[in-house]
Amino acid sequence: MNVFNLLSLAWKALSRNKIRTFLTMLGIIIGVGAVITMVSIGEGSKESIRSQLSSMGSNMLTIRPFSNSTIGGGARLGSTGLQTLKVEDAVTIQKQASYITDVSPAVSTSGQAINASLNWPTSLQGVSPSYLNIRDWKLQSGISFTDDDVATSSKVCLLGQTVVNNIFTGGENPVGKVIRFKKIPLKVIGVLEKKGENTFGQDQDDIILAPYTTVQKRILAITYVQTIYASAVDEKSSDTATKEVSAILRANHKLKYSEIDDFTVRTQAELISTMSSTSQLLTVLLTAIAAISLLVGGIGIMNIMYVSVTERTKEIGLRMAIGARGIDILLQFLTEAILISITGGVIGVVLGISASKLVTVFLSWPTLVSEYSVILSFAVCAITGVFFGYYPAQKASRLDPIEALRYE
Amino acid sequence: MANKILDIIDLKREFKMGSETVRALKGVSFSVDAGEFVTIMGSSGSGKTTLLNILGCLDKPTDGKYLLDGADVKSLSRNELAKLRNRKIGFVFQSYNLLARTSALENVELPLLYNADVPTKERREKAMHALEAVRLADRMDHMPNQLSGGQQQRVAIARSLVNEPVMILADEATGNLDTRTSYEIMALLQELNSKQGLTIVFVTHENDIAVFSSRTVTLKDGRVIKDVKNENVHSAKDALAALPVEKDDQKLPVEKDDQK
Repeated sequence: MNVFNLLSLAWKALSRNKIRTFLTMLGIIIGVGAVITMVSIGEGSKESIRSQLSSMGSNMLTIRPFSNSTIGGGARLGSTGLQTLKVEDAVTIQKQASYITDVSPAVSTSGQAINASLNWPTSLQGVSPSYLNIRDWKLQSGISFTDDDVATSSKVCLLGQTVVNNIFTGGENPVGKVIRFKKIPLKVIGVLEKKGENTFGQDQDDIILAPYTTVQKRILAITYVQTIYASAVDEKSSDTATKEVSAILRANHKLKYSEIDDFTVRTQAELISTMSSTSQLLTVLLTAIAAISLLVGGIGIMNIMYVSVTERTKEIGLRMAIGARGIDILLQFLTEAILISITGGVIGVVLGISASKLVTVFLSWPTLVSEYSVILSFAVCAITGVFFGYYPAQKASRLDPIEALRYE
Repeated sequence: MANKILDIIDLKREFKMGSETVRALKGVSFSVDAGEFVTIMGSSGSGKTTLLNILGCLDKPTDGKYLLDGADVKSLSRNELAKLRNRKIGFVFQSYNLLARTSALENVELPLLYNADVPTKERREKAMHALEAVRLADRMDHMPNQLSGGQQQRVAIARSLVNEPVMILADEATGNLDTRTSYEIMALLQELNSKQGLTIVFVTHENDIAVFSSRTVTLKDGRVIKDVKNENVHSAKDALAALPVEKDDQKLPVEKDDQK
């Protein structure tokens, strides 16, 4: 018998007992539907956590100079005052590293920001325009400075919310105004969105951003950079990106094999590990639920298939008498079990996806229907059908035709 | 033309019931030629059911030889036996054994489903021909519970014919039917036997059914006690005509049969 015959045979047999078939299917439908809904709620919250963490810069790399050498009385230098990182390093990383999306050199200094009669102690950070991408920082108003501004060391700046609140009186629009920082006038061209405190309680909005060349030349009079910020393609490739950056910098700094790095690359390892452990726990829990619900559904199928085999003993006897082989009978009943589980699976998938949408609409929880949960639960479903359908089907195929024919 | 369809030689069948051994067949020998209409008679306990199961390739003999259309059944595997049943034997049962809630046409198609030599396209056509042969062309889409007992048995006969077997094996095929319907079935079988030369082996315990066959083999206690050619074969058609006429048209279901 070919597949088409088997399917049409199974379809007819199942449609003869519609209610029973439906109830059996219900176990699978609820199982699959629940799994997909749960996973999509889980994935949704995972995704929202991920985006929150990303806004903190979970894929950010921080590159600082480093030295193991000592001065005078044996005090080690660390990174203080080292001048080994250059703008060229940032340029090379941007050009050569494939796991890095954005790179920004950074120099910073602190001082008083003055506007009219108000002043406020804050820090001035000199960066490139891509710094905003690295930190995933948006502008509340105005525009950002550009690469041209960097090239010409133009006297422009972006203000953090805290700075705005302290040197501008309520309602005044800072964009277009000129403030002074260490006697240098800087034109405000944009205001940064509020970012709040970081995990250590530092106010991230107490900052002024300006082109790094402006800070280097006009305020600090230096040519080196203090820090290089870079963003990896995603959290997962942070480690690879770190290795890549190290290799590039070693080559740039012409370090011999025996020499240690004159820089350090740091990732947001803590954030990443927190995130992955959370999602791992979620996955384990959901997989357990999936396994249990499909097990229950599978037992339902097995039970009904047993009843069906007993009920149709005479039919089995007849089929054998007119030439059905054991394998024909086995395949017939197995096909019925698989048809129940797969049809149930399809309905369950549709139900699960709609339920996730409803959760988003009515409870406004974030949900995300992931392909893997659909594929996985569907596959488990088909396997359930084969696994739980096999034993009853085998029982049917081993019946003695003589006894089966006489069965009443 | 002495082409032997069935040839059994010293057939024995024993069953183990606990410590006892029941000898159902104690050495049965006879053969059936192509085109014969043989009835096998015997009271209950004579071993005719056991013999029928062996003839139908549903059971194997303990000892002795059984050749069906030249094939030695004893050496065949379970799957080969299934193929033999499918191609060479057409079963007709006492209780029809039609699949419930399945149309007459689909019931007749059933054996073709297990015959890989018949393509899907031809299946329907063959089944229709078989139903025409039993004069049920107008009831193809009826379910078994919409048919009378006689009609159901005719569907079963169509089912047995559809694979063009070498032999029809009928087991008390008229046992559930009234006299008139029984005669109708016998008339149909006689017609198939004479017109198409179909070999029929008919197991029964009713004497008045045996008179329609060309030969009667009688079993008793597991042995053949009588094997006679019937010199005076009655025509079931004539017998039917001789029955007192009832006012209903004989084609209509005359009795409501609860058996399915």
